Amino acid sequence: MSSTESAQGSAMAMARPRGMIWRNVVGRQEFGVFLILLAMVVFLSLYTDTFLTSTNIFNILRAFSWIAISAFGECMVIITAGIELSVGSVMGLSGLASAMLLVRGVSVPVAVAGGLVTGLVVGFLNGLMITKGRLPPFIATLGSLLMARGLCYGLTGGWPVRDLPQTFRNLGQYDIPIAGLGVPLPLIFMLVLAVLTSIFLTRTVWGYRIYAVGGNETATALSGINTARVKVMVYSLCSLLTAIGGVVMTARLGVAAPTAAQGYELDVIAAAVVGGTSLSGGEGTILGVLIGAAIMQVLRNGLVLIGVSAYWLQAVQGLVIVLAIMLDQLRKRRR
Amino acid sequence: MSEQEITLRMEGISKAFPGVQALDNVDFEAAAGEVVALVGENGAGKSTLMKILCGAYRKDAGRIFLRGQETEIESPYHAQQMGIAIIYQEFNLTPNQSAAANIFIAREPRQRGLGRFLNFVDRRRIEREAQEHLNRVGARVPSTALIRDLSVAKQQMVEVAKALAVDARIIIMDEPTSALGEEEVETLFEIIGTLKEQDIAIVFITHRLEEVFRIADRVVVLRDGQRVGSMSIGEAASDKVIHLMVGRELTEMFHKEEAEIGEPLMEVRGLTRRGVVEDVSFSLRRGEILGFAGLVGAGRTETARLLFGVDRKDAGEIWVDGQQVRINSPVDAVAAGLGFVPEDRGLQGLVLKLPVLENVVLPTLNNHSRAGWMDQRGLRNTAQTYVDKLNIRTPHLRQKAMFLSGGNQQKVVLAKWLALQPKVLIMDEPTRGIDVGAKAEVHALMSQLAQAGMGIIMISSELPEILGMSDRVLVMHEGRAAAILDRAEATQEKIMAYASGEINNINMTAKGVEA
Repeated sequence: MSSTESAQGSAMAMARPRGMIWRNVVGRQEFGVFLILLAMVVFLSLYTDTFLTSTNIFNILRAFSWIAISAFGECMVIITAGIELSVGSVMGLSGLASAMLLVRGVSVPVAVAGGLVTGLVVGFLNGLMITKGRLPPFIATLGSLLMARGLCYGLTGGWPVRDLPQTFRNLGQYDIPIAGLGVPLPLIFMLVLAVLTSIFLTRTVWGYRIYAVGGNETATALSGINTARVKVMVYSLCSLLTAIGGVVMTARLGVAAPTAAQGYELDVIAAAVVGGTSLSGGEGTILGVLIGAAIMQVLRNGLVLIGVSAYWLQAVQGLVIVLAIMLDQLRKRRR
Repeated sequence: MSEQEITLRMEGISKAFPGVQALDNVDFEAAAGEVVALVGENGAGKSTLMKILCGAYRKDAGRIFLRGQETEIESPYHAQQMGIAIIYQEFNLTPNQSAAANIFIAREPRQRGLGRFLNFVDRRRIEREAQEHLNRVGARVPSTALIRDLSVAKQQMVEVAKALAVDARIIIMDEPTSALGEEEVETLFEIIGTLKEQDIAIVFITHRLEEVFRIADRVVVLRDGQRVGSMSIGEAASDKVIHLMVGRELTEMFHKEEAEIGEPLMEVRGLTRRGVVEDVSFSLRRGEILGFAGLVGAGRTETARLLFGVDRKDAGEIWVDGQQVRINSPVDAVAAGLGFVPEDRGLQGLVLKLPVLENVVLPTLNNHSRAGWMDQRGLRNTAQTYVDKLNIRTPHLRQKAMFLSGGNQQKVVLAKWLALQPKVLIMDEPTRGIDVGAKAEVHALMSQLAQAGMGIIMISSELPEILGMSDRVLVMHEGRAAAILDRAEATQEKIMAYASGEINNINMTAKGVEA
């Protein structure tokens, strides 16, 4: 269900009695996962003293911002019934590219642009491999996962790039004072990009086409739409968003390690899927992805706070992913 | 007739889905060796009734008797054990396995000795026995052939052989002829004859009434979830059955309004894709409906795909409005003023997951956007206009296409092309698998479009439709245009003669190009 539907739904709801509004909220695809997030937050707030503090909340929000930004792109890819496995590597590579430019004395805006272009290029090549090269997305992006990561090691000889200028690090570390609270800059980036991608998906011709390609590629092609172009665009955009996430992450950490963001592709895919993006294509919303990413981070944070050993963290995360998706399936079937 | 001979009896079957009573107190019976035709418009409840019989749905009320024994059918597996087999429109075959493997799927005999212990499949036995079943239905298919290499007709024979292999006493066929050419339909009817002799009861769901009168012993009519008639074929008459199905009289099935044939619109010369389509040439005028007739596999759909740029052509020129156009992709075809209603609505025509609105506006997105931004109101207005114009029955524009009936889905596919206002509309089997009412509406619409000056290419495997709707008929045989016949000279016999390769007439092709 696209969020154009809900946008129209909410407009209709205004003219209808309250019961309709309620049904519209409950009927939304994101409602199920939102309840799970809410339950987790309520539980952690009551069970621990540390969870519901502004420091901790902002820590969570900052920590999942780059995962979420990349997941917006992943969501688009999955809507076209594809998959993008190289997001972790792209995040690392683009951050590294920016860092290497910076230590060679390039100005911050140019270095950032360099990082973003690096990501864009990988995404564009992914798109070409999938459309012109007719590779399945899984294989193409598995290849670029290794190639991009290999570049990180090759370019640095395995050494991290340190001593990044403070103006650059501010992109990830600066807190903007709003209403007496220090709101982390990455959070602002994430929210702005969420709004932009959501508008892109629901209000533009390209967004319509992305849903159409994922819903039925043959029918879309037979409608006179260049589906290859749509896919190249989607993979390019996904990597561009991922590169933004990578640059912000590098700025936050203040160092670009060749191993940075290793394995993040799983967090990114999990965020998209927990947020209700259907792996069979044609379905998914940015709001859902945002909630999905939040669930993953609250879980990680919460487990630490209630004293679960770090060794058990992954097992519990895996369990929660599976349960969340099962619940969502149940809800869908009942309708 | 004794209880024993009545293989199947269903009494007072009811089934409700959210918002609709799909079946309301329906009775149904079939005797051994009897062919019962089950007819009704889309949504009348035919499929629901049969899905209950084969365990895919649970009934809300009613009783089922098999050979006099009351039976509660619990699952598709249980139904199979009770000797009920169903052959769906979309076959349940695994394309990468052999016919033999499919016939014995889930019941593979094990090897003897150690092989049995290790669950080794007795391949030789499977292949031998599968071949026997295939021979029983008269299929000239080696049991080792892979499903993906077989034609649709042969795949269907494999399905029938599969039903025989489980020793089915009741075989349900859901629209078995919709994917077959005339000749293959004959073969299927022969097979049904053989099954009858083996005392198997056959339920035959179809939209084609002439088939009912050809092979059925009895016809049962459903309308809006209720049984409205059951009669032996001797008592039934075509108009009576249609009347029962639709609850109204349809005076003329193929009502073609005369349209003024204008100047030449499209000219196709030497269209070729090696091994599939050979040197096809024809012309199309404004307001003309050009029928494409031929057997399945004669290259009609393939010609349409070449015209629309879906497949790459090896040779051929296409001229539209006196200008040569280069068509290498559907994008080019749309730019050249072509529209294409493909043969499979679900797979090629619609994005089933998306709402009616998105489907209707898909080819016209660019007309409703400025620099990529969509004009939401404009889109909605366009979609609503065509939904009203084509009388598409949908609760609202945001209804997903998958929830519409077949006829309404087809109208959505039409709507999406009409919104683009193409010069030439190619329609591949435009009324396959849709009910009588919707069919008449599609035909009326085709007439209207022709009157408005559109050129229409209509591929159809139903000869009455070809004869009823076409101004000229292009008959294809083995990838070539065997003949182009004028409306006046086209007869069922003539078309069949060209289609089956009995007559070759190259001069006719040349004449068609001049016209």
